[in-house]
Amino acid sequence: MKERTVRADTGFLEEVTDFINAELEGAGCPMKTLMQIDLALEELFVNIASYAYRDKPEGGDALIRIDVTDGIASITLEDGGIPFDPTAKVDPDPTAPLEEREIGGLGIFLTKKIMDEVRYEYRGGRNILTVTKKI
Amino acid sequence: MTINKQQNGTALTLAVEGRLDTITSPELEAALKESLEGIDALTFDFSALDYISSAGLRVLLSAQKQMNKQGSMKVTGVSEIIMEIFEVTGFTDILTIE
Repeated sequence: MKERTVRADTGFLEEVTDFINAELEGAGCPMKTLMQIDLALEELFVNIASYAYRDKPEGGDALIRIDVTDGIASITLEDGGIPFDPTAKVDPDPTAPLEEREIGGLGIFLTKKIMDEVRYEYRGGRNILTVTKKI
Repeated sequence: MTINKQQNGTALTLAVEGRLDTITSPELEAALKESLEGIDALTFDFSALDYISSAGLRVLLSAQKQMNKQGSMKVTGVSEIIMEIFEVTGFTDILTIE
């Protein structure tokens, strides 16, 4: 298990992605799965960077943890910001006509579709979101 | 990400290479904003696109809405991985993919 703490800012997305990719590549993760995990990671990290600390002008940190056991990659993102359960969000309608398509809400929907499991808990004043996928 | 623009009269092709993510999508959005005037046929060439996130999908969605008003839009060279993202999000129904 490895973890890294960065500032919750989209400027750190590349660092976070590189960190997770290095672990996944080391575990022999296929390219397609790697990109799907990157996608979920981007959506979740950008979510934290955009919303978690919007009530704090000084911002805050995000912790990213990865564990690969028995061919299952488990990635956890933690922040100490505003309690927010992205799994509780209503999914956008993927059959809606173009004019009714909303710009938002696609990210978490994609994450839920692409990952095997998305789990949220709020514990000790922290948002803890874990996504898992077989690699 | 790099964007190669090719304009032929009122037809514009944007070949997008690399990663279309939160960091790079604003560049594509800006490129569209400055080039779409008077264009009636827009093509996105994604043959060398490796990755698209919801930030990239948002740019495609607004480009499609814009082109519906002034002409047509199509997406070419979509890889299997990116096609899967389009399918999951229902974008296969709103985009013209060749």
